[in-house]
Amino acid sequence: MATLEIRDLHVTVEADNATKEILKGVDLTVKQGETHAIMGPNGSGKSTLAYSLAGHPKYTITEGTVLLDGEDVLEMSVDERARAGLFLAMQYPVEVPGVSVSNFLRTSATAVRGEAPKLRTWVKEVKEAMERLNMDSSFAERNVNEGFSGGEKKRHEILQLELLKPKIAILDETDSGLDVDALRIVSEGVNRVRETGEVGTLLITHYTRILRYIKPDFVHVFSAGRIVESGGAELADKLEDEGYEAYTKGGVSA
Amino acid sequence: MAEAQNTPVGSTTAGAIAVAAESTVATRMSAPPSFDVADFPVPHGREEEWRFTPLERLRGLHDGTAVATGEGVKVVVEAPEGVTVDTVDRDDARLGRAGTPVDRVAAQAYSAFEKAGVVSVPKETVLTEPIRIAVHGEGGTAFGHQVIELGAFAEAVVVIDHTGDAVLAANVEYLLGDGAKLTVVSVQDWDDKAVHVAQHNALVGRDASFKSVVVTFGGDVVRLHPRVQYAGPGGEAELFGLYFTDAGQHQEHRLLVDHNTPHCKSNVVYKGALQGDDAHAVWIGDVLIEAKAEGTDTYEMNRNLVLTDGARVDSVPNLEIETGEIVGAGHASATGRFDDEQLFYLMARGIPEQDARRLVVRGFFAELVQQIGVADIEERLLAKIEEELEASVA
Repeated sequence: MATLEIRDLHVTVEADNATKEILKGVDLTVKQGETHAIMGPNGSGKSTLAYSLAGHPKYTITEGTVLLDGEDVLEMSVDERARAGLFLAMQYPVEVPGVSVSNFLRTSATAVRGEAPKLRTWVKEVKEAMERLNMDSSFAERNVNEGFSGGEKKRHEILQLELLKPKIAILDETDSGLDVDALRIVSEGVNRVRETGEVGTLLITHYTRILRYIKPDFVHVFSAGRIVESGGAELADKLEDEGYEAYTKGGVSA
Repeated sequence: MAEAQNTPVGSTTAGAIAVAAESTVATRMSAPPSFDVADFPVPHGREEEWRFTPLERLRGLHDGTAVATGEGVKVVVEAPEGVTVDTVDRDDARLGRAGTPVDRVAAQAYSAFEKAGVVSVPKETVLTEPIRIAVHGEGGTAFGHQVIELGAFAEAVVVIDHTGDAVLAANVEYLLGDGAKLTVVSVQDWDDKAVHVAQHNALVGRDASFKSVVVTFGGDVVRLHPRVQYAGPGGEAELFGLYFTDAGQHQEHRLLVDHNTPHCKSNVVYKGALQGDDAHAVWIGDVLIEAKAEGTDTYEMNRNLVLTDGARVDSVPNLEIETGEIVGAGHASATGRFDDEQLFYLMARGIPEQDARRLVVRGFFAELVQQIGVADIEERLLAKIEEELEASVA
């Protein structure tokens, strides 16, 4: 069973000619089939965790380890991490002019699966996945994320999640900027992947709203670069009622 | 593009785009058009039409010191049956009809060539096979002149391939009779040291269609100047260009579409990718709509993709409109960087770095190649782009 183990992760970023520590010792284990929600106020380091795990060059790991099934993730390049089974659904997916969605998806699936998917089954697979996400077939011919609405970008991210079938999926604020209909469609997509039991999900969010659609097994509160409290789904209800105030004022110990 | 940048003319920023608002087609020229090199002063480099060009790398083409050598270029023409291929003397009446040299190097070429090539497609002849003109540099210096003429309602595809090493200054004339259709693909696939400066003049007849595809990969300095005028109403010109500028290369494409006749169309699309230190691409797109050219419909676009630091783009679209009675006129220019965020996004989907870069460049050019409309040329260009990518995107 696939397991992502994050131990004592410290991460810095260069900003304004200074080095700033954003993550200050994160410990977390995500197993295949589990869903962990990471919740926290803005600026607590949630997205830094997501991007650090995916290997974004902006972030420097200064301490700690990240293992995927015992393999050292931090030693891998960005593409190696993806091929090893890590997937990051991005909060702000990037426009790639000149590259069509269909070309991008096929190139990506070929890389992750280690061989080019058979054309006939692939076309069907993509078409069905797009239909489930209420995406028009013309979408495939558009350039990656170019001119996409916020909702289209997120559905495109979840489309990739469904097609690439990672071991560990990190969803970075996938719910942000979505209306209720789009949130439902995107959540259903995530749930389809979860229901296979093949994926461990790390759901990063600022709001509890998405947790009505995607039920987490564990909820972790993130504040000032580390997890300050962990619990079950009921912790989300508490956050819904009380907000993050108790954590941002430093009144709670980890 | 990820981001369009607009910076003042003369900016030295890598990947910058310069937009000139004040300059006009007429004031760009330091002397009136002429066939005689003596009518042009030797450029010093600050003239509007020379300011982007590294004169010191032109090997004397601009100052009269370049001298034709025996082993200049070898030209081989392969033409289907029905086409006339002649080599003619300087005084042949068929030369110089499509346009007049507008700068010193073009005038130098006209003043110095010994023999010219004339390819004629008789009226109403529709070719099913392309005419191929292979221009191979043999390491020397040459001045060339080529005329390609289509009679009324003739249709032809011409592929001009430039390979090898040479210092070449040339004029190429395209004369389209009424209702003729000509597609010309000029490929500059020179060796690294070649210098190639040429003016292309197209004279588009009534209801004729001219399509020019300029593809520049090689050379040390390539400076091409495709120009279009119309001989009657209803003419159409499509000017497509594609360049891949590597470290140290200077590739300059200067275009002029002179809407001197009512009810003509033009569409200009040039796209370039650059990578490496001192890769320099220049694109000047001049479109002039004269007062009498009512009903003109024109659009021009230049897109550049900067793949690495150290490359520089100067892109100057310029549209001059002397009549408001037109169908449409527009221009666009943008220079985008293939940036770290795009690379990260693609790599985060498992795509290795080299593949990611190739994917982006291939996609960028494929959009344009698909508009050429001649299947075997499209395939050949895509294969050529692929080859260029294999060799250089590393």
